[in-house]
Parts: sequence; C-alpha cells; structure tokens
Amino acid sequence: MAGGQTNRLDSGGLIDRSAPLNFRFDGKTFSGFQGDTLASALIANGVKLVGRSFKYHRPRGILTAGSEEPNALVELRTGARREPNTKATTAELYEGLEAASQNRWPSLRHDVMSVNQLFAPIFVAGFYYKTFMWPAKFWEAVYEPAIRRAAGLGRAAGVADPDHYDKAWAHCDVLVAGSGPAGLAAALAAGRSGARVILCEEDFSPGGRLLSDGGTIEGLPAAEWLSRTLAELATLPDVRIMTRTTLFGVYDGGTYGAIERVNDHLPSPPEHQVRQRLWRIVARRCVVAAGAIERPIVFAGNDTPSVMMASAMRTYVARYAATPAKRIALFTNNEDGWRTVEIALGAGLQIAAVIDARPDVSPAHRSLASKGGFPVLHGSVSGVDGGKDGVKKIAVSLTGGARAEVEADGLAVSGGWNPAVGLTSYHRGRPKWLDDIAAFVPDGAPPGMVAVGAANGAFGLGACLAQGFAAGSAAAHDAGHSGKAGTAPVADDEAFSLTPLWHVAGKGKAFVDYQHDVTASDIELAQREGFESVEHLKRYTTLGMATDQGKTSNVAGLAIMAAVSGRSIPETGTTIYRPPYVPVAIGAFAGHHRDETFHATRLTPSHHWAAEQGAVFVDTGLWKRAQWYPRAGEKDWLESVTREVSAVRGGVGFCDVSTLGKIDVHGADAGAFLDRVYINTFSNLAVGKARYGLMLREDGMVYDDGTTSRLAEDHYFLTTTTAKAGLVMQHLEFCRQVLFPELDVQLTSVSDQWAQFSIAGPKTRDLLKEIVDPAEDLSNEGFPFMGAREVRLRGGIKARLFRISFSGEMAFEISVPARFGDAMARNLMLAGAPFGVTPYGTEALGVMRVEKGHIAGPELSGTTTAADLGLGKMMSTKKDFIGRVMAGREALVAPDRQVVVGIKPVDKARRLRSGAHIIPKGQTPGPGNDQGYVTSVCFSPTSDQWIGLGLVERGRERMGEIVHAHDPLRGEDYDVELCNPVFYDPDGGRQRG
Amino acid sequence: MRIVCPFCGERELGEFTYLGDAKPVRPAAGASEDEVFDYVYLRDNVAGETSEYWYHGGGCRTWLKIARNTLTHEISSVEPAAGAGAAKVGA
Repeated sequence: MAGGQTNRLDSGGLIDRSAPLNFRFDGKTFSGFQGDTLASALIANGVKLVGRSFKYHRPRGILTAGSEEPNALVELRTGARREPNTKATTAELYEGLEAASQNRWPSLRHDVMSVNQLFAPIFVAGFYYKTFMWPAKFWEAVYEPAIRRAAGLGRAAGVADPDHYDKAWAHCDVLVAGSGPAGLAAALAAGRSGARVILCEEDFSPGGRLLSDGGTIEGLPAAEWLSRTLAELATLPDVRIMTRTTLFGVYDGGTYGAIERVNDHLPSPPEHQVRQRLWRIVARRCVVAAGAIERPIVFAGNDTPSVMMASAMRTYVARYAATPAKRIALFTNNEDGWRTVEIALGAGLQIAAVIDARPDVSPAHRSLASKGGFPVLHGSVSGVDGGKDGVKKIAVSLTGGARAEVEADGLAVSGGWNPAVGLTSYHRGRPKWLDDIAAFVPDGAPPGMVAVGAANGAFGLGACLAQGFAAGSAAAHDAGHSGKAGTAPVADDEAFSLTPLWHVAGKGKAFVDYQHDVTASDIELAQREGFESVEHLKRYTTLGMATDQGKTSNVAGLAIMAAVSGRSIPETGTTIYRPPYVPVAIGAFAGHHRDETFHATRLTPSHHWAAEQGAVFVDTGLWKRAQWYPRAGEKDWLESVTREVSAVRGGVGFCDVSTLGKIDVHGADAGAFLDRVYINTFSNLAVGKARYGLMLREDGMVYDDGTTSRLAEDHYFLTTTTAKAGLVMQHLEFCRQVLFPELDVQLTSVSDQWAQFSIAGPKTRDLLKEIVDPAEDLSNEGFPFMGAREVRLRGGIKARLFRISFSGEMAFEISVPARFGDAMARNLMLAGAPFGVTPYGTEALGVMRVEKGHIAGPELSGTTTAADLGLGKMMSTKKDFIGRVMAGREALVAPDRQVVVGIKPVDKARRLRSGAHIIPKGQTPGPGNDQGYVTSVCFSPTSDQWIGLGLVERGRERMGEIVHAHDPLRGEDYDVELCNPVFYDPDGGRQRG
Repeated sequence: MRIVCPFCGERELGEFTYLGDAKPVRPAAGASEDEVFDYVYLRDNVAGETSEYWYHGGGCRTWLKIARNTLTHEISSVEPAAGAGAAKVGA
C-alpha cells in the first residue's frame, strides 16, 4: 500500500513508484504514480463510482482500460482548458491533474436526477418521439431545455481554447496501426526490408496487450521481447513510432487521418508547442493491427460499479498494480477470460468464483480452481446486488435451473472479443461473421490495406506475430523494398474456445449501450414496434450513437435483435462504419486556421505606405484594401470619403487598384481567342488602345468585366475584377486548353507582378508629367482616351500606362513592377504635393463609380444579362462567343426583365440603403408586386444627396417614375425616383478632356 | 484522394478543382439552341466509370481529363487537355 493508495499493490506493474503525482477528482485530493491513467489512479485509491449515466443517472464505474470506455467520462482540466467527455481510461495522470465527474447534481454520490430511474418506464426507446408530441410549441419552450438539463454529458469550456493545434503531412511506404505483437512484427518485417515505416500507437507505451497479458515470445518473457524489439526498431533509420497517436480514418488514395495528442499528458503545452497535431499520412500500404475489443455480456445490473471487462481487470492489476476489487468473481463464456483469474491469483487477490457459460472447463483451469480454492459454476450471472459502492453479491442461474449466490466486491466479465473492424470498414466495407469466434472480421479492406492479428480475428499470440510479420514483409515488398526481413518471431497460440452468450434474461435493467443507457428491453421494444433493420434500431434506440460509437455495445445489440427477430446475426448485419474512430477535437481539424490566420492575407504593394497614412482597411476576399484615409478632425467615414471624392473631382487623387486580376495574353491567335471569350470584338482593337470587355458564362449570364489593352500585334493585357481574378484565369485556361486548343495563345497571370494605380482628376496630367519621362507625349492627341502603351518613367523604370477612367474624370492607370509599388505611392505623394494630390480608398472609388453609373459586384450578381446591365448592344452578332446562344433564350430577352436604373430619394435629405425592394407607388408590398431592388448606394458629394443603382423591372423605360422603396429588414418605407444611372457628366466630356 | 498530374506528379486533392463531366462537347458555332442547352445543362448521373475535368490550379494550371469510378473513387487515367502546355494543337 502506497501513500493512501489503498488498492495499490506493493510491487509489479509499469508504474514508476519513485514519481508520485497528486491529482484532484471532484475536489478531493488523491495521489498516483507516473505511468498511471486517471482511471488506474482512481482504482488505486479505491474510487469505484466515477459518473452518472446519461438518461437514468445510474451510478457508473470504470468498465474498460482503453479508448472504448463508455462510462468513465470526466471533465478534465478547468477554466478555458476544461474538456468534457474525456475518458479517464486514456487520460494520462500528471501532477496537479483536475477532473470532475459529469451529469450529476449536487454531487456524484447524491444526484437528485437519479429519480429518473423511477420514471424509467417512460424513458424507453423512442421516448422523445412518443412523449413530447404535443403541444408543438412546448418543445422549444419546455421540453427541450428540461431534457437538456437532465440528460447529457459534460460541459464545454464556454470560452476560446487557449491552445494551438497543428496539421501536418507524413509520407511512408508502410503504415502500421497498433503496436501490439502483430503491429510490432509488421513494423519489424517492413523496417528490416528497408521500407519507410510509420507505426501509430494510441497508448503512451507501445506493446498493446503484451503490457498486461505477458506471454512468451522466442523463448523470452513478453516484456523482454518487447524491449528488444523496440530497441531494434529504433536502430532502423526509416521506422518512426508515434505514440499517443490514433489512426482514426481512411480516405481515398492511401490517405489516412491520425490524431497525435502531443501534450495532452501535461497540465498545459510547453511554450510554443501545440496541444494536438492532426496528421494526414500518405502510405503505399497499411497494416491494421488495431487489436480487438472485449465485449460485455448483457445481464441485469451489469452496469454496477466494479463490474468490469475481464481484460480491463487484469490490465489494472498487471500493468498498473491497482486492484479494482479484492475478491473477484469472473463471468465468462470463453477461455480467454480465465487469464484474469491467473493474473489476479498471481497478484495475491482472492477469486470468489468463476461463472462459466460453457459446458466444459479445461482440466488445467479445473485444477487452478481447486488450488485457488474457488468454485467453478456452470451457468450465468442473472443479477447483481450492489450500488454506488460497487458489487456486493452476484446472483447466478446454474445450468439446469438451480440458483446460487456469490459474494464478491468485483465482477470481471468476458463475452468474447470483437475485432476492431472500424478502419477496414470505412470505405463502406461490411465485415463478415465468423462462427468459431462468434465475431465480425474484416471482409476485404480499402485498397492497400490489410488487417492482421486480433483485428483480423486471429487471437493467438503466435498467429498475431506470424500474420503481422508476413503482412509487414509483403507490404514492404509491394512498396518496392526487397531487403531481408528474416524470420517471424515465434510464440505458441493460446487455446480459444467460446460459447456465444449475449444476454441473460432476468429482472432489472440489463444494459447494452452504457453510454446512451440503451437496455436489452429497449431493443426488444424496437423490434416489436417494427424497427428491425439495424440502421432503424440504431436511430430509434440511439444504440451506438454516443461518443464511443458503440465499441462495446453494437455487436451485443444486434445479436439481441437477431435473437428476438428470429434471424441470424450475419442476416441482421452491421450498421455502416464511419470515421473518426475516436472523437477528434474540431480545433485539431482547424489547426492554425483560426482568427487572423484563418486564411491567407494579401497585401497590396502600397499597403505599408497606406498604413503609415493611417488608412482604414477593409477585407475584400483575401486582400486588405485601404477603404479611406481619415484626417485629423474628421468626425466619421462619410466626411473622409466625401473629401476624397471632392479632391479627385476638383484636383487629383490616386488609388491602389493592384487587386484587379491581370492576365497577359500572347500569341498569333490572341485576338481570335479574346473574340470567343468576350461578347465584343478584340481582334480589331488597334495596337496602343484599350477597350472595355464583358464576358458571359456559357448559360448566358454575365461573368466578369474589365478593360483589355493591345500592347502589340500578338500581346494583349487583360484585367478582371478583384473578386473573380482567380476564377477568370481558370475559366480562360479552360477555354484555351479544352474548348479552343487549336488557337495559338498563351495566358500568364501577372496579377502579383504589377502594382497598378488609378490617377484621376483634372490635374492628373500635371502630376503624371512629374512622374513620366518628359519624352513621353501625354497630350490628348499623343495619348487619347482609351490609349494604352508602355512608357518610361523618370529614372528609366518601364511602366504600362492606360488612359481609362472608372471615376469619370480625366484619368490614367499606371502599372509598375510590383517591387516599385511602394515607391510609386510615395513618389505620387511627393510629386503631387503642389497639386494637392489626395490618396483615396475603395469607398471613394465606389462613390465615383455609382455617380458614373458603372456596374460592379452588386450588379454583376450572376443573375444579370448584358442587356440587364445596359450593355446589350456590346454583344456582337458577327461571331460566336461563350454564352451567345443561351443569352438569346426567351426568358433572358424578355421585355419585363429587371434592368439597371438610377435611383434617387424624393426627399433629398433621405439616406438610401441597398437591399430595399422596389414596389409600384400606392401598392401594398408583397411578393406579387416586388419589381426589383436597390443594388448600390452612396452619398454623392457632386449631387449633394444619396443616390443609387437598382435592378428594376423595365427600369430604363420608367425613368422619372416615382416608386416605393420597401425595406422590411430595417423597417423603412419611402418614395424614390427612377432616373438615368449616369448621375455625373452624362456625355463623358470630362474623361475625354 | 490523390491525383497523378502528368506534369507535377502525385499531388493531393486540395491542389485541384473539380469542374464536372468531360463528355459533353461544345457545339460548333451556329448550333441550335437545343444543342447548346443540352451541352450546358444535360449531364448523366453515372454510377461507375466517368470522365471528368479537373484543374490543377495549385500546381501547373493544367486542365486534366480524369477517368474516375464514382463508386470507388478509383482513378484509372489522367490526361492533360488537348491544349495543355505550350504547344498548339496541330502545330
């Protein structure tokens, strides 16, 4: 006995007695050792009651010693790191660990909700559907909140997770899942052959059942063989063993998902380290040595604390030197359960009795019983007398009908073993039934994968080693490695005999799914009510739908369904297996993609300069764009934006427009190519000229717009909108490579190569003269509107200059290599100072485009045609182009379509808002008379009022008509006038001047 | 899923963008509205081997014609589109 650990053995186990650890459970302080799990430490301290069940609030203890645990779920850690539904059986103990039991109030021992047990008759399968039917509105108001309080598992932290998570890729020839004897043998064979091997083990110690069950391999004790094997694997250069790593999913093309709990075994991750890492592992071959899960037998009271799986019982004794009970009874239907008796006796524990459901017991075990002085009872356990303090008495139905009672404080149960068929079944594989072990085994596997050892239904130690070694060697060979693997490690196979037993009839609740409180009678009820199919059974009773995905319960549940529906188990079948094999935190899937690193951020070439100016930035896609440049004394954004607009219209301003997509189009057929992707013609564009172009989707709707310039006979420079830059490139590549491969044309994305600035306003030419080499002719004759050519700047830098205008002013756009973008912004400020140059942001840009009636994103909505946008005349009738035929469909040329029109409020002082619906004046708004909506609005300094654009039925024919704007979202109703969408300089004299 | 790009080698799904069925052929200029309608909208819902277009946007920007089994996701062939790369078809 060690320091209050009343149930700790003095010697043995894989714990480090020189490293004691203090921890707290439900506020009480305990101690354990390095090497413990929370579960083993609780057992060592004599704690039997660890939680309350989901529905009935029944007292529950620890059932297993692994990731299949349905009962012992706790809230681990506190504050922001509090993690609900953590399995005590896999949580490693660390100094200062804090855990709390779940689903109880006010305390675990005195839980008021345990009165639910009295109402058990109404909490049967499907009770939600049956009980809370009426009245309908009661569901949200009364039933659901009440049920959520009463049922459920742990509480989430409720605040942001302070830890970091990582995602990583790994590649290997052979991936091995599980480090038991089969997995180790596979890694050994593959590694010796020269293959790159990754071995994933979910435990913190490799070895699998060798850590608990012992055995003899190659004439050595298992522990000795294990350490020698691990030492050899460590010498192989390409073998990587990843402990605390669970392979949870199988994806196409040999891609596997794994979760590595990098620092879950520490109170918090060390600085700069991640808590967990999500691995995507690409492997040529995968050997699944994931073992098997021991299954319970369903009998009344089988959920009493200290009723435990037989393998778990011996794991706690042998691996952790912790004794779940002092006087143990074993209820088994197979040979393997007896190992628990051997190990318990070896540790000096008492055996109360063995209840064996098989007709015969081996002579060796019979003599073990007489030596140990305990009876062997042929029959089954029909009831348990006990409660939150554990088992007291066990009722036994003997074969032949007699009854017996056994006094014990712990009951080990073994109903046989279910191979872990998850990984092999994730591609909708259906496992097959094997009668001799009464279990499902993999029937094939995803490409490149093979199951070995217990995961393949081979339970003997010798068979595990042989299968693992052969598969590892074959996998390495398949991956192209032919080094000498040597011979497989040899061990004897233990005897395995089993008489299937799923359910013992008796009085009292007999649990199938512990975590969701599904009983044998729930399954019988489901069958009576017609939910016979396993998929219906699952959803009606919630069998197997808890966080453990029914690892201990599914097979027993369908065996009971098979029995009551008069079918065989394979006829009843299994449900579909889906990843993940264990719960994986959403944070691990997100990795670093959260908060400011949720996505990549793109900065314009003048970003740092703009930031120095105090610009306010707006996110447009991945870009950060300067939205406006506030100045001291300005009270709001509107004042800043209005100043910027007035400065441009009255003088000169500039704006970084580098975010536009830019594509160089080269080749003898470049013009012919553009003719096919744009609705208008580009092959006849003169060298040195720019033209506005509009492209459609093949269905006839407008896709994107922008200007394209012809810089040489065989060289065009095309621009796209910011939003569609990547998509237009993809679309044009499709046109070039797939639709028109006969054309001699090449596309180069140069969006990131050029920094582009719009310089606008009547003083633009004055400013440009300071920037551009004096030899360049910028006069209206030398560089007319829509001119485009390469120029040299003062200092010799080559630039591209385009006389195009989005603002409606006399304007140029200038492109310089992106590395000069920052210098260009600074230089424009310097050279423009005498002219009062004003940098402007996207808001002012937007105001000026609305004033000019130019379309942008809100009008290019994917549901508008060229004609809707007032650009129908651009559609050439002399050539084929993408979208031409579909754009001519009846509904797309109907006269009553909603088209772009200008909108201004009748009350000049009123603010417009986009999204308002347009209704004929004097009518009550409704879907029947909704004639369109306001798409874009701005305060126009030039008009000194709010103006807007809208898509309105027959809008262009109705200019001058007063209509009603209805905005139910903001509760606004007002009259507006439909008008010419070009509010500013309608004849375009300013931009041509 | 992994795709073996003929230019870049075996790459991960995230580098590619799916477009859809590669069987419909764009009708020549002058085709009827019905023919173009079929090209734009009509698709077979195949359970089994299909031919489809994928774009290697995270790599060489090649459009690929991929034969894939929709039941198993198995990819049996990957070919670059006719006009992929620098060469003009027929040049």
